[in-house]
Amino acid sequence: MRSLSEIETATKRATRAVGFSWGNSEEVGKCIRLLELFGLPGIQNLNQYYKDRAQNKFENLNLIKEKNEPVSDVFCPITLGVSFLDQIRSLEHYKKIEFHKIGYPLIFVSFLSRASEIIGKKILIKFDQNEILFNLNVNIQSSLFNKDFPLIANNVEIMFVDNQDNFTELEWNSLYKLAEDTFVEESESLKKGGAGAGLTDND
Amino acid sequence: MNIELRDPNVIMKLSRLGSFHQSKLSFLRSFLNEFKDWDYSRDLFNLDPKGFGEAVYSFKKENRVYSLVCFANKINDDERSDRVIATKWDAAFTLHDGVPTKEDIKRLKNEVPKQEVGRLSFKELTLSRANKSVRVFNHVVENLSEGKQPDLELLTKVGYLYRTTAVYGSGKFGLADRFRIKNRKEINGPFRLEMMLVYLVRQFTFDQVNHVAHHKNPKKAVKLDKQICKNLGIGNSTGLGMAPFIVNHPTLLNNWILTRETALKKIREIKHVKNEDSKLFKDCIKKSVTNITSWSTDSEYQQNKIKSLLKNVEKFINYIENDFDFKTDYAFNEIYLWLDKNVCEECIEYVVSIMMEPYSDITNPLVSNMSSEEDKYFNIPTNRTVNELKSIIEKKYPNILEINFSQKENNQNFWFISKNKEEPRLADRFEEHGSELEQPLAIARDIKKLYEKLLLSSGDLNIAEFLSSNSDLRHVVRRAFIVENFPYSEIQDNTIGKNIVPIDMLRLKLSFFGALKFDPRSDKWLRICMFQGAPLPSELKNYDEQWVYKSNMQ
Repeated sequence: MRSLSEIETATKRATRAVGFSWGNSEEVGKCIRLLELFGLPGIQNLNQYYKDRAQNKFENLNLIKEKNEPVSDVFCPITLGVSFLDQIRSLEHYKKIEFHKIGYPLIFVSFLSRASEIIGKKILIKFDQNEILFNLNVNIQSSLFNKDFPLIANNVEIMFVDNQDNFTELEWNSLYKLAEDTFVEESESLKKGGAGAGLTDND
Repeated sequence: MNIELRDPNVIMKLSRLGSFHQSKLSFLRSFLNEFKDWDYSRDLFNLDPKGFGEAVYSFKKENRVYSLVCFANKINDDERSDRVIATKWDAAFTLHDGVPTKEDIKRLKNEVPKQEVGRLSFKELTLSRANKSVRVFNHVVENLSEGKQPDLELLTKVGYLYRTTAVYGSGKFGLADRFRIKNRKEINGPFRLEMMLVYLVRQFTFDQVNHVAHHKNPKKAVKLDKQICKNLGIGNSTGLGMAPFIVNHPTLLNNWILTRETALKKIREIKHVKNEDSKLFKDCIKKSVTNITSWSTDSEYQQNKIKSLLKNVEKFINYIENDFDFKTDYAFNEIYLWLDKNVCEECIEYVVSIMMEPYSDITNPLVSNMSSEEDKYFNIPTNRTVNELKSIIEKKYPNILEINFSQKENNQNFWFISKNKEEPRLADRFEEHGSELEQPLAIARDIKKLYEKLLLSSGDLNIAEFLSSNSDLRHVVRRAFIVENFPYSEIQDNTIGKNIVPIDMLRLKLSFFGALKFDPRSDKWLRICMFQGAPLPSELKNYDEQWVYKSNMQ
């Protein structure tokens, strides 16, 4: 089994070798390491992308807007991912960001996971009937787990999920009531002496 | 009194970093301190009469066990090389996490001797190999088998029976990634397990030499005297492979140096130095002279450094014996100020290291600050502005900005990774091919390039926008934001200039390991000795902390 350190180093070098800058290669190294740690086929997708890239053109998008269409080709997942990571502080103000045609979306989504940690919010991506939820770079929930990732994501929507509970107030109260069963009902004497502090604060 | 930390623009120059010496903060000493109350044992010793076979040594505490698995092999003299291109070694080692099963040993026997071309698993933590100093090993075997102890002069000159030629950890060749073990409380300092491996290998070398001598002449053979063992270490041959590490791990480098600087600051701030502390300091300084006079090297460069160090240390001893009173307030600060004016930079750093000897209460709590969660500092704060980045560079890299990289001599060399051995190398850009594959280790040049680009950009632009059209400078943008918060994270020198002495980079790292007797074999590789004078495993529970200054075979 390859260690994550080997995966990161080999990815960084391979990315440099296909023409990305050293700084971007470092970012890709971190992202592929992350995908492999989460059990997603990062190395496989990256390999396939670099082979494809040698034959076909991928478009670089450096400044992301609310709606993004490639001029002629599909977006390069690396340039797009790095741009997304860099611009996340301004992008999070949009309710939804749309992209048309992103190549090798698995590579791109690894950047979303890191972006989720930077802003401290969950990020949801939907494309072509698929959904992936990024939870502050702690885990990735995906309907694509154990399936082949598509090579192109055609219609992509990215949403920032405001921090909110996953449960209703009623469910919380019901659980809290159970938790209260570990508390002791205070008698008068316990009320006076149990806390240790004085009974008045007029000193 | 508040003493300022020393200026990174002075301390982080290569010639100063290349003058560092071991101290109480060094990893091999903090390893011994951490593991002194662990139970040591030799669990397996299955060598044939010639000393070939397997052995297992371990440290145990509560439920935790670390086991060194050793494989000693027969190789021909013409196959023995300290170069990283070698493919066979006298012995190969791995540190296994836990107690190895028979299946583990069988698996490791097949992989460990192959080193870089073998595959280890997450159950292995470090990997190494070593070659005999054949001349010394054979001499010791001959003498012991004849019932005599070996020639101490020869042993003193060499200092070890075996030299390691690489020690790998942190995920190399399938070894466990650091994140798997970093939260263990005994791993609270860098390179702990690498140090454990080397320390246990040292014991293996003594056991092996005794074993071979015994089988050569069972009736007459004696064991190598314990005092002699104690004063033998493990040699190490180190080439350029180690140099880029300190560039590639900026926050880690910062934490090593900052810890040392913090210790020095706290010692300089002591108002009244206790009598026993000044006595211990003076005692260590005087005894350490033996380490200088027994420092043997054929390198003219190092001989001159040693001569100068000895002369300066003697001058310092004369000063503290005759012209200095430790009853002076802030005595160590006075000493530091005197050193700064009167001795060479190697002597300053030598004495700074020894100043720490009386102060375990200062150094021990600092050791845990010497690791780094590097990933925490990886993301670039892209919401910052060009003006802010420009100001950081002006403040943190003032000397670097003065270098003119259009002059050939400032741009003479390039760092690359050798295809043959996947190891870093340095070459002349104007003489050799391959500079188009240069590694991102020319930080000074690239910082200057970044600065020049920033001067042409609008100051209000945020870094995200700046990077969208300057991706080639991303690696140094990241570093500049790191150095803003980690003042000692950057070498403040040109690592590609004509006059670079790469072994300065090696010496810096090796001094933090705790190496002694740097012996440059060229400007690109050197030999060192580790654990010479250190307590043997059986003595660990009660040892003299200042052993490093008391090395003596007699």
